[in-house]
This record gives sequence, structure tokens and C-alpha cells, in this order.
Amino acid sequence: MDRAKNHFITNSIRIKNEEIFLKKDTILSLDSKIDFSQFLKDSYKKLALNYPKYHKMDSLCKLGILGSTVLLRGQDFKANTALVLSNASSSHDVDIKHMQSMESIVSPAVFVYTLPNIVLGEISIKYKLQSENVFFIEDKFNADLLVDYSETILNSGKALSVVCGWIELKNDQYDVLLCLVSNNGEIPFTKENLEELYRFENE
Amino acid sequence: MNILLQEDIIISPLGFSTSENLKAIKAGNSGLQFHENSRFPNGGFYAGILDASLLADNFSVIGDSTKFTKLEQMMLLATQSVLNNNELDLSETALIISSTKGNIDLLGNSKNFSKDRASLNSLARVIQEFFGFKLKPIIVSNACISGGLAVAIAKRFIQAGKFNNAIVVAGDLVSDFVTSGFQSFQALSATPCKPFSKNRDGISLGEAAAAILVSNNKREGTNISLFGDASTNDANHISAPSRTGEGLYKSIQQALKESKLSASEIDYLSAHGTATIFNDEMEAVAFNRAALFHVPVNSFKGFYGHTLGASALIETILTKHSLINNELYPSLNFEELGVSKPLNIVQKFEKKELKTALKTASGFGGCNLAMILKKSFNG
Repeated sequence: MDRAKNHFITNSIRIKNEEIFLKKDTILSLDSKIDFSQFLKDSYKKLALNYPKYHKMDSLCKLGILGSTVLLRGQDFKANTALVLSNASSSHDVDIKHMQSMESIVSPAVFVYTLPNIVLGEISIKYKLQSENVFFIEDKFNADLLVDYSETILNSGKALSVVCGWIELKNDQYDVLLCLVSNNGEIPFTKENLEELYRFENE
Repeated sequence: MNILLQEDIIISPLGFSTSENLKAIKAGNSGLQFHENSRFPNGGFYAGILDASLLADNFSVIGDSTKFTKLEQMMLLATQSVLNNNELDLSETALIISSTKGNIDLLGNSKNFSKDRASLNSLARVIQEFFGFKLKPIIVSNACISGGLAVAIAKRFIQAGKFNNAIVVAGDLVSDFVTSGFQSFQALSATPCKPFSKNRDGISLGEAAAAILVSNNKREGTNISLFGDASTNDANHISAPSRTGEGLYKSIQQALKESKLSASEIDYLSAHGTATIFNDEMEAVAFNRAALFHVPVNSFKGFYGHTLGASALIETILTKHSLINNELYPSLNFEELGVSKPLNIVQKFEKKELKTALKTASGFGGCNLAMILKKSFNG
């Protein structure tokens, strides 16, 4: 019983090198000389996020909110949309900030972000997704795991659609691919197609 | 397809095997002790910390303790123990690793180890290569539900036909990183933690490793199956539990539904019970909404402290043994009920016929997990 063919990559976004792509179209391209924090600020303005909580978040969550906002804008998705995200560096970007503060005053507002799955919580809050969540750590983008696991939760009825992807942040270098997977669309949800979306503009 | 919870081990301050841990629990011994630490105005804090030299002694049977971090030693020993008792083909046995922070303190001061040893990928690779697992390890890092979610993920993949056997290994340390963070939250208890009690004032941290074989191969005798499981995000707050217990309630409903069971068929409930004011209250609300207030319930945090990414696996293993042994273990340090809804807290060791249990967990990021364990006899 292969139901996999019923699932499609309904939409996808890519964030890399000061650019944001929707499917394969550039929707935002910023000056490559700006630093990472400026990129996060400028993207927020240019994409008219209008979500003040964004400014309190750590950088990994900001990337997740930027990506999911572009991904889900105008999409018809259900509250039962699971989140299946992965990366290599966990929350080390903010872990390092927490660690540097340990000699003096530790901030709970920083510490709370020192788990990779907090970005799942932030996306769930913004889109009121009371759904299955998981964060996997992988040494590199692994389409096999994302497709295999997303399929198990879709086929078992634990979710109706899935946002899956890769959200890596290390030394201010970021690399994001998010996909909305559902019954609607033209691109079959396969490892090859997911891999292709990741490789695009990523050579 | 029946997914069975088979060989298991807990490595903790209470012992280096599941039986040693159970013996300590039955004797009412806690792993929580006062440890000196200059971060604290009163000179220290209560935590469950594993004796490093005792660990190294135990580890020396399988390897050179100087080559591995404390957490690696714990998780390698746990994996070894499960492998010892099984003839598993490592070319097709999955390895699923669960941890929240792994060797995080190496990120700052890596001492004898390279800094990249701090990454969970490195931790997984050490375990994979030590034993020669051929499949790429799956690493789950989903806050305090990680250890249980990893078991649920093993079940889901086995049901989907990805593999037949998975070893789930979980571990976390009482790191300076985590201690300083929870201290900044003012979430640490001044005494050994008192889950669900009126005078509870926060968590105690603990460290441990655990491992379990999840398999679809039936054994003769008593089998414990993972019947249903569900995880639901609160979509409410990243660090505060939902006041309505929404995500936990929904997780329980979904897990019951998958199991085709009703709340009245649950004989025992193993709660998360961290002993923070808000967590325990949230659980009481969710359990009452799910009509579970009459079910005997305990928290194991009084024995271990909060072992983060290991806790839900340790407690799943203990729940499994409660079912096998028909035993209810007391919720250590419980005094007077201090939540707004009724709960049937287990206050003393009790022998009782048990068939079905519910294990729950909740964590930062708004995550919640419910798992239904059921006993069957294969004669």
C-alpha cells in the first residue's frame, strides 16, 4: 500500500546567502555585505511580518518565523499540520551566548532558547498548530529522514499535512529549506524532489 | 503490529542496571544529594549526580574511560548492556539517540576533548562507531519529552517497515550550562524536589542514561507493548505550560484513540511531575480533563531529579517494570496535594494487578507526549 504518491510539496522556501526564495523564485535579495543580524532585521521589514514577538527571539527562531511566514502565506493548511525540522548545530548559536554569560549574569530570556525545538514552539504559537512536532539532529541535510518520518505521520493519520525541512545556523551562516507537504500540489513528495529543492542555488 | 518494549537498562546514581534502580526505588532511596557549587548563595544544590570514578570503574570493562566523556561512557554502557542480552544484527538494527544538551559543557572548556565533541552528531557517531551500527543514527532533541518521543519514533518507523529492531539510547548530564540556566529561571528547588506537593518549589536536576530495545519480535512470556502514542504542541508559550493543559490533554486523547482504549481502562499513570508550580498544576488540569483523576499516579523525579532528555525514557522503563511486576512505586517526597484538581498520588509501595499504563511528558517549546503501555502474555 504505497500512499506516498498522494503527498505533494505544496510550497517551499529557501533562505541562504542574504536571499529568500519562494519555490525557486527570488522574493528577497539583500546586499551581501550586510551582517546576519541586519539581514534578520531587514527581512522582517521588507516582508512586512508585523509580528513584534519576533524581536525577542533568538536568531534560529527568527529564521524559522521568517521561513514559515513566507511558506504559509496564503496557503490553506489545517491546524493538524505537523512540524518536522532538523539541523546540524542544534541551538549552539544561542548556546554560545548563554555560555559566555555564565561567568557573569545569566539571562533566562537567553537560556529559554537553548533547545533546538524552541523554534517548533514559536512556529506552533504563530500558526496555532496544536500538532506533532519533532526536531532531529543530522550532520547534514538528510532528505531520507525527512521524507520517511513525514510519511509515517501522514500515513498513520497523526497529521494531515507537514512542514518539514532544514534550519541550520552556525557562525552566522544560515541555510534554511522549509516545505509544506499536503495532498495538494504538483511536485510529488519524494527524496529526489526534496533533495533537488535543497541543492537548488546551493552548489 | 505489536511494538514491544524489551531489554532495558537505567544507569543513574541509583545503580548501573534496571534491577539496581528498582531495588533502590523499592527501598525508598533517592539519588538526590546536596552538591557543593559556588553558583549558589547557600553553597550548593540538590541534584542527582553520578559518581565519575564509579562510572569509570564500570566502564573499564568495555573500554578506556579516559577516551570518552562522562556522558559517552554512560550511554555506551547502556547500549552495551542491551546488546549483551540480544543477538542483534547490527547491519539492520536502528540506533536512536536522545539528548537535550549532550556534552554541552565542552563548547566552553573542552579540556581533554575537541570542541566538536560537544555536538549531538559527534555523540551519536561515538556510539555508532564503538559498536559498529551500520544504519545512520537518528538523533532526537526535543526538550524534556525527547527520551519518550524517541521510543515513539522507533515504533512509528517499525510500523512503517523501515526496520524491525531499534535501540533507543537517552542521556543527559547535570551540566554547568543547564544548572546556571535553571538557576536564572529560579526554577531549582532549595530541597529535593517534591512533585505535586503543596510546598513544592521547583525542580531538582539529575543525570542518567538509559537504553531500551524496541522490536516487533514477540517473545515467550510477558510482553509489554507500546500500544499508542501521540505528541501535541500547546501552541501557547515556549517556556510556560498551558493553563488548560491543552497539548497534554490532546496527546492523551490521541494516544487512547490509537490504542482503542478509554481512560477508565488505564490502571496506572506515570506523570512528568517536575515539581515546578506551573508544570504540576498543568498536569493536574490535563489529567482531570481526561478523566484520569482516580488513576494511581506518581512522579519519579523525587528519585532521580529531572534528567531532561533521559527522563521520559527512564520513566517509560520504570512504567514497563511496574506493569511486569504488578507494582506501584511511591511518588517520593510527596507530602500534601498542592494542585487545584484531585489526583490519586501513589504514597506507598503497593502490589496491584496492572495491565495498562499511561506515560506522559511535557517540555520547553510547548511539547507534550503520551504513550500507552499494555501487558500481554504470549504462552
